[in-house]
Amino acid sequence: MHEVGLMTEAIRIALEEARARGARRITALRLRVGTLSGVVPEALAFAFDLVTARTAAEGARLEVEQVPAVWWCRDCEQEFGGDDPWPACPHCGGLKAELRQGRELEIASMDLV
Amino acid sequence: MCKECGCGLGGTPQILGGHGNVEPATSAAPAGPAPGPDPGHEHEASPAHEHPPHPHEAGDPHAHPVHTVAVQRSLLEKNQRLAERNRGFFRAKGWLVLNIMSGPGAGKTTLIEQTARGLQGRLQCGVVVGDLATDLDAARLRAAGVPVVQVATGTVCHLDADMVRRAVQQLNTDGLDLLIIENVGNLVCPADFDLGEDLRVVLLSVTEGEDKPLKYPPLFHSAHVALITKCDLAEAAQFNRAAALAHLQRVSHHARIFEVSARTGAGMSAWLEFLQQEHRRVRTRAL
Repeated sequence: MHEVGLMTEAIRIALEEARARGARRITALRLRVGTLSGVVPEALAFAFDLVTARTAAEGARLEVEQVPAVWWCRDCEQEFGGDDPWPACPHCGGLKAELRQGRELEIASMDLV
Repeated sequence: MCKECGCGLGGTPQILGGHGNVEPATSAAPAGPAPGPDPGHEHEASPAHEHPPHPHEAGDPHAHPVHTVAVQRSLLEKNQRLAERNRGFFRAKGWLVLNIMSGPGAGKTTLIEQTARGLQGRLQCGVVVGDLATDLDAARLRAAGVPVVQVATGTVCHLDADMVRRAVQQLNTDGLDLLIIENVGNLVCPADFDLGEDLRVVLLSVTEGEDKPLKYPPLFHSAHVALITKCDLAEAAQFNRAAALAHLQRVSHHARIFEVSARTGAGMSAWLEFLQQEHRRVRTRAL
């Protein structure tokens, strides 16, 4: 997908937050990435090195927390998990599940000096 | 450039050398109040702030203790904010806005051409077309008498809310009722970018195969309307209609499904009637 574009935006936000806090450098960046976000962690790591070069985040550690998918079945109104992109409900077999969690793409926190 | 799909970097990379400014002053303010600098550390968020080179190792705790700060900001927030601004503008205008998405060659431009023709005298249409390069689609639509603006996205594989905002400023919107946004032909990236539309419309042509919804679920799942296009070619393409409908009902279970051939006009009247109904709904909401 567009990991470089997303990481560019992540670093833009991170540098903005770091500057607002008067920090000198970013030494670690923690992202929350849903398993169904369509984003590949390896591609994020590749993009991270590229995008942080010559910025205050250069050399920082990237930690990606994978957020597992949580579905809610509209038929039997129960939750279930699993990374099948369009699963059948394990409780009732229904196909009308809504994704409650698993498409996250966000900066959770960062370490500053 | 993105190795996966050809996405651009999304703007000029900003360089932060030492304590220089990260980016132009036009950047958005950080969300919420920022906690103060850590105690014993007198840095100010000022571009003029001087900081001499450090003789000690990076990460040396004697002068610069590491502290962790919570950020919790979405990577898509900027587009989301701009999309909501578009949505407010479109609603105030009383326009029905469609975001038309599909893989390349599924028949977006022909469908839009025939939709605008079919609605002549009923709804005034305007079109924003996104493509990596050329204005061939725009020229086709212009020849059909539809006001159109082309966005050449360069290396970017989807339209975003800001591109749409800028394009609409160039569009002749006198008497406009229906704004049709033809997204870049791509079944992956446009799924994540809200443009401020009322309806996300995804096309599945009979020549592409029935399994596209299963292969590209995020985009199909996000659709409010799914159109099976090129139905006049179904037999030649040995299209399995039952399987296609089953796949759409599984992945796009909340979507309205239409089966059309823009070329022969088959099924088009139901689609056009639906657009008129939706336009009435939007217009009523605006008043």
